[in-house]
Amino acid sequence: MTTTQTPSTALPDNLNSFPKLLERNANKYGSRPAYREKEFGIWQSWTWAEAHEEIYALACGYLTLGVEQGDKIAVAGRNRPHFYWAMIAAQIVGAIPVPVYQDSVADEMAHVMENCGARFAVVQDQEQVDKLLEVADRIPELKQIVYLDPRGMRKYDHALLHNYRKLQAEGRNKRNDFDAEIKRRADAVTGDDTAVILYTSGTTGRPKGVVLTNNNVLMTAKNTCEFDNLTENESILAYLPMAWVGDYVFSMAQAMWAGFCVNCPESPDTMQKDLQEVGATYFFAPPRFFEGLLTSVMIRMEDASKMKRKMFKKYIDHAKRIGPALLDGRSVSTADKLKYKFGRALVYGPLLNATGLSKIRVGYTAGEAIGPEIFEFYRALGINLKQLYGQTEATVFITQQPDGEVQADTVGVPSPGVEIRIADNGEVFYRSPGTFAEYYKNAEATAETKDSEGWVATGDAGFFEPGNGHLRIIDRAKDVGKLNNGSMVAPKYVENKLKFFPDILEAVVFGNERDYCTAFINIDLTAVGNWAERNNIAYASYQELAAHPEVYGTIQNHVEEVNRSLADDPRLYDCQIRRFLVLHKELDADDGEMTRTRKVRRRIIEEKYAPLLTALYDGSESIFIETEVTYEDGRKGVISATLEVRDAAVVAPSAQKVAAE
Amino acid sequence: MDGSSPITAEPDSYTTEDGRKIGGVVMEMKNITLRFGGVTAIKDISFDIREGEVRAIIGPNGAGKSSMLNVINGFYHPQEGEIWYLGKKRGPMKPYEIARQGIARTFQNIALFRGMTTLDNIMTGRLTKMKSGIFSQAIWKGRAEAEEIEQREKAERVIDFLEIQHIRKAPVGSLPYGLQKRVELGRALVAEPSLLLLDEPMAGMNVEEKEDMSRFILDVNEEFGTTIALIEHDMGVVMDISDRVVVMDYGAKIGDGTPSEVRNNQKVIDAYLGVSHD
Repeated sequence: MTTTQTPSTALPDNLNSFPKLLERNANKYGSRPAYREKEFGIWQSWTWAEAHEEIYALACGYLTLGVEQGDKIAVAGRNRPHFYWAMIAAQIVGAIPVPVYQDSVADEMAHVMENCGARFAVVQDQEQVDKLLEVADRIPELKQIVYLDPRGMRKYDHALLHNYRKLQAEGRNKRNDFDAEIKRRADAVTGDDTAVILYTSGTTGRPKGVVLTNNNVLMTAKNTCEFDNLTENESILAYLPMAWVGDYVFSMAQAMWAGFCVNCPESPDTMQKDLQEVGATYFFAPPRFFEGLLTSVMIRMEDASKMKRKMFKKYIDHAKRIGPALLDGRSVSTADKLKYKFGRALVYGPLLNATGLSKIRVGYTAGEAIGPEIFEFYRALGINLKQLYGQTEATVFITQQPDGEVQADTVGVPSPGVEIRIADNGEVFYRSPGTFAEYYKNAEATAETKDSEGWVATGDAGFFEPGNGHLRIIDRAKDVGKLNNGSMVAPKYVENKLKFFPDILEAVVFGNERDYCTAFINIDLTAVGNWAERNNIAYASYQELAAHPEVYGTIQNHVEEVNRSLADDPRLYDCQIRRFLVLHKELDADDGEMTRTRKVRRRIIEEKYAPLLTALYDGSESIFIETEVTYEDGRKGVISATLEVRDAAVVAPSAQKVAAE
Repeated sequence: MDGSSPITAEPDSYTTEDGRKIGGVVMEMKNITLRFGGVTAIKDISFDIREGEVRAIIGPNGAGKSSMLNVINGFYHPQEGEIWYLGKKRGPMKPYEIARQGIARTFQNIALFRGMTTLDNIMTGRLTKMKSGIFSQAIWKGRAEAEEIEQREKAERVIDFLEIQHIRKAPVGSLPYGLQKRVELGRALVAEPSLLLLDEPMAGMNVEEKEDMSRFILDVNEEFGTTIALIEHDMGVVMDISDRVVVMDYGAKIGDGTPSEVRNNQKVIDAYLGVSHD
């Protein structure tokens, strides 16, 4: 089956690169804000004209360092205007920016630097500089490091270190000398040139560098800005990792294309407060964010006065009934509309304001499945929250939900210009203007992923909903397995159902080539900890709380509820979980158990916790395990625990059938 | 080296292992003795604190460390001995004189205004620098306004430095212990002291909080060149972060020197391992 949206027209010649867009924005939107960052408690702001000056100062600074056309410049830092400038300036001098996850450990960073052969790096602070110096002998190509925050840098040998602001000042001094050279290089950049190399989070194996051209990136930006009517009046909060394709597309490509303002939070911990102050109109957050926010709202409501709780419940219930219909433009009775208006004045308005979501015009979530109740909760309040489906190789967008056609369990229709095909085994393939050029220095992997006609395998299994043409994703194609009795197992599908309970942070379901399904569960410390506090349950550590019999009981109830819902679907009947255990530590990216974008690495977990897995299948009631953990500074330690393995009730097939008939 | 050898044996200034230049003497204690009635808290102690160094005072419980800090601070005036601070001999002082001498401190048990926000607490550290009158502040015009902006900027720089932006508006009473300690350090720091006294900055902290605090102490010392004198229980931390260490036991000095010198000093080892005292 193939589905396609209206193909998009080509990019105009004067807007097919970042230097050209910068020029256009500085001329057209010169006095409008382009970047804001909260520093020293105040929002600092740069207009497009000011940003233009800063970026060119840095570009000239690059030339003083000897940056050549085609050089790679690694960028590692949290979201700050200076790093977006570093990427744009790179293209101005004909170099290619390579954003790197700033929380990656030295070894991961070395791999990326080694692979792309970066000669320059623009980094945030001492921490990043230390990491690079630590692996300096593995990356001999690296010549110069530019750092933004001078704190603690005094003692370093400055032969290959440069202060970002001083480099800009040097560039400003030489602006006239370099004018011709800069112009020559910037004009030489066209749509077919590489815009960026983004390293995938590496669910399997080492991260691969995805090469995206200006055409890929800007065409996608153009199409998607038109899809959602994004204009220069939008405002977004840039808080997701800069090395992630999403942030690159939202905060670089779309922002430059539409000319809207990118706001950078003061620190990662102040993101919520900054969101409220900025009043973003266009917002992306992973489902985890919305879950966490809802949990914290609910926890705070528990502590509110009785009257407030009553009012909250009454109007939220009303919103859940009416809100989605209002948002989709369906007809609603006048009385209900009026009551919704009251609700907005009394509850929804203040709530949205407190959460910083009150001005959102277009909101997206993606990355993993979002709980239907959570999704509906935000939509009920009047937030136009939608889902999209995408990946790095597609420059994010494969499908997205149009306004007014939003469902909790689908990911929408193909994005403009995207063609989609479903293979016989259910795997989803796409072809689009955003389809990546290649994996950097890895022709083999490129050929495996992208065929000669440009179709790319997503690795996800899914199907189009009959009737409305919306795509529904069930699982990773390779993770969809079979039990020994031959019935289908979709672990992710079951994990998502489990994770919709606020008490459960992560779940890992096993079953492929085994007799029945089992699960590892991670409790959510915030939710369970709060519950423990309210019920006077004392605990000294995560481990102790996780092993508490009452917590086990609650989790068992959740597992059994999921089992009941799975029993309803004949295709997924055998995915019911027979045995489970609650893990003694949180799965963590530092231990290699998750990717940096917090996706579970199934195979690694399977190997690392092999004894636990055996216990789930050999009938034992408890199991002792020692686990190595990595602290944030890279040191390692060992934690040990004896875990209880529990049986969960499974809904019997006969009983189910009888009940159904 | 005998730990109790006189400090005059030291050259006037020295360079630390990590390359920091340590300057001349900021404060010199000469033969200090402090008594409370019949109890002698400090017995004939002499040592100096040099510009730009991290100077630690350690010792077992009841060794007289806090009393020593209060003497340095000017809160107690010793019965015997001389204190030279910034080239001047110091006599007994009134509390406001103490506050204005350029020595800031933190407290062992945290002495913040619990109901006030982090920002307000840190702003109180600037009080001695504010000159506008009560009337001007009440009507919020002229000097008061300009001054507030100036002070706020200093406070914000400290907030940024200590990475506590996320708790700027939170009442400190609601904060975890480690953060409260950091706020207290912020309040001392914002006064731009020439000598910063830290009374058990790591007390009651977990390993991670201790590491954070050590990092901040070293950063303060390096970034602002602030001279720091600290009292600490945790030997490991002290040995890692200080340039020179004074060891006290039962009110007397039993050792003085670099961490490695002190670590090998037999008297110090005895004091910590608990050899019986006659």
